[in-house]
Amino acid sequence: MMPFTVAQVASEREAITSAGGGGRYIAGGTTLIDLMREEVERPSSLVDINRLSLRHIRLERNALVIGALARMAEVAAHPEVRRVHPLIAEALEEGASPQLRNMASIGGNLMQRVRCPYFRMLDAACNKRSPGSGCAAIEGVNGGHAILGTSESCAATHPSDLAVALVALDATMRVRGPQGERRFPIIDLYRLPEDKPHLEHTLRPAELILDVHVPVQPFAVSGRYLKVRDRSSYEFALVSAAAVLDVRNGVVRAARVACGGVGTRPWRMPAVEAALIGQRPTRANFETAAAHATQGARALSGNGYKIALLPRTITRALEMAGEKV
Amino acid sequence: MTEKDTDSSPETGSDAAISRRDVLIVTGASIASAGIGGHGANAASSVANIEAPTAQSAKVRLSVNGVSHLLEIDNRQSILDVLRERLQLTGTKKGCNQGACGACTVHLDGKRVNSCLTLAVMHDGAAITTIEGLKQGDTLHPLQAAFVEHEGFQCGYCTSGQIMSGLACITEEHAQSVDDIRFWMSGNICRCGAYPGICAAVRATAQDA
Ligand SMILES: Cc1cc2nc3c(=O)[nH]c(=O)nc-3n(C[C@H](O)[C@H](O)[C@H](O)COP(=O)(O)OP(=O)(O)OC[C@H]3O[C@@H](n4cnc5c(N)ncnc54)[C@H](O)[C@@H]3O)c2cc1C
Ligand code: SF4
Ligand code: FES
Ligand code: FES
Repeated sequence: MMPFTVAQVASEREAITSAGGGGRYIAGGTTLIDLMREEVERPSSLVDINRLSLRHIRLERNALVIGALARMAEVAAHPEVRRVHPLIAEALEEGASPQLRNMASIGGNLMQRVRCPYFRMLDAACNKRSPGSGCAAIEGVNGGHAILGTSESCAATHPSDLAVALVALDATMRVRGPQGERRFPIIDLYRLPEDKPHLEHTLRPAELILDVHVPVQPFAVSGRYLKVRDRSSYEFALVSAAAVLDVRNGVVRAARVACGGVGTRPWRMPAVEAALIGQRPTRANFETAAAHATQGARALSGNGYKIALLPRTITRALEMAGEKV
Repeated sequence: MTEKDTDSSPETGSDAAISRRDVLIVTGASIASAGIGGHGANAASSVANIEAPTAQSAKVRLSVNGVSHLLEIDNRQSILDVLRERLQLTGTKKGCNQGACGACTVHLDGKRVNSCLTLAVMHDGAAITTIEGLKQGDTLHPLQAAFVEHEGFQCGYCTSGQIMSGLACITEEHAQSVDDIRFWMSGNICRCGAYPGICAAVRATAQDA
């Protein structure tokens, strides 16, 4: 690990000033310390934001608000979160481990970096780590890689389960930086790799995530998260699906579907959602709708199985959501 | 609570009072370059911010198993490394050093965490419980005894992490059934595959608790 300084900050303003001077925010450290030890990340100064009061979890008029420093474990266990947005609790509990969830923050989770093995291997070509060096995964081991949103430059999936749930639920994010505060849909946090995979997100320099706002809709109580992976826990998704259904009088009135493990960013599935509207919630109809998920999908040498697995995972997640309506 | 001034340098005194033994230990951990300088030792920092700190180490107070320690700690040191290499509490194990195995599990301010991904300088004032803190005198903690009785280990390398995690699992009320335990203990990998014994030990202790 390279040497670094640590600034302890007591206010958002202080934090933003420190980050403006070149410091890097650190919350739980479960992504950043790991990558610093591998020397994939080499910040010369850290800004410890854990003393900021951004640990709130509360229900406001039409939204569930979750502070950036709330821990994955405490959000997942929170009675209001479980009541209004069970999808969020489930996506969190299916991620990482109990120990990591005690440490890891919501802001850090959304900002975590890819799990592509070459990204962490300093001697491998990786455009994300060293722009212009090439992509070892395209010709290499790529069974875990994306089939949607890939480019010649990068095919790594975004690993956050929480982000998939929040994208399905139309959540927004509030951030503050040197130029003030702004709020935008969480899907807009993530960039496609295109020819610049080293640019992952849209936060401006020194911008601090304050909290996420998840609109509350009565039908969100049907939300489920299904995560398919190599072992049944403590593993990243091969394919995952978040599904929410609004069924009235035996007909689907609204649907929200987003997937993980398949896209270079959390992947909302508008074509699948549209195909469900007005249909009866049967397995056959779920299968027909889920078939739209692979439009535009492109497989690499090792991940062709995802093209079959993706619609099946969505179908099963829809069935799980259907059981709760 | 007893106070143990581990680097034999009183809080207000000179950092130069660090013992030769600690210097050797620090060197052994290959952090000698920055580990023992005081605040401001690296004044030529490139960070263009008047508020930015320049030190690459800090004085940190940690209470470990009820004993308070005041340590000058390199910013890079994890709580795991501080426990093992500064305090000679080697019961906590280093498996992967990247959050993926659970061998380093300790309780930090009452919660189970992976001490390998925890920078000690970010936890000034924290209370830590390690495997060494569980037994009462010569009597094993009931969960330790249950691991022996149910053969919850083979080589023993993962065991201290399993026990610290298992204990948290019980206090979190996540040990209501074997399925429950399997899910909530999934952050602890056992390469020997002693899982049935581990689950049995946690379940038995939860039922007796
Ligand atoms: C073994 C292992 C398994 C895992 N499995 C899963 C899994 O299955 N699913 C899953 O979703 N995740 C998984 N994770 C990832 C884990 O959830 C993330 O590491 C964690 O959520 C990051 O949060 P943190 O607070 O520790 O972030 P940190 O490491 O502190 O920070 C991560 C990044 O976010 C930035 N950051 C943090 N807070 C803010 C803020 N408020 N504003 C702006 N930037 C900020 C930091 O600068 C840094 O770049 C796993 C991690 C490990 C080690
Ligand atoms: S897929 Fe992306 S992260 Fe992986 S090696 Fe290629 S450029 Fe790097
Ligand atoms: S050593 Fe910490 S999780 Fe493996
Ligand atoms: S007892 Fe050997 S790794 Fe668990």
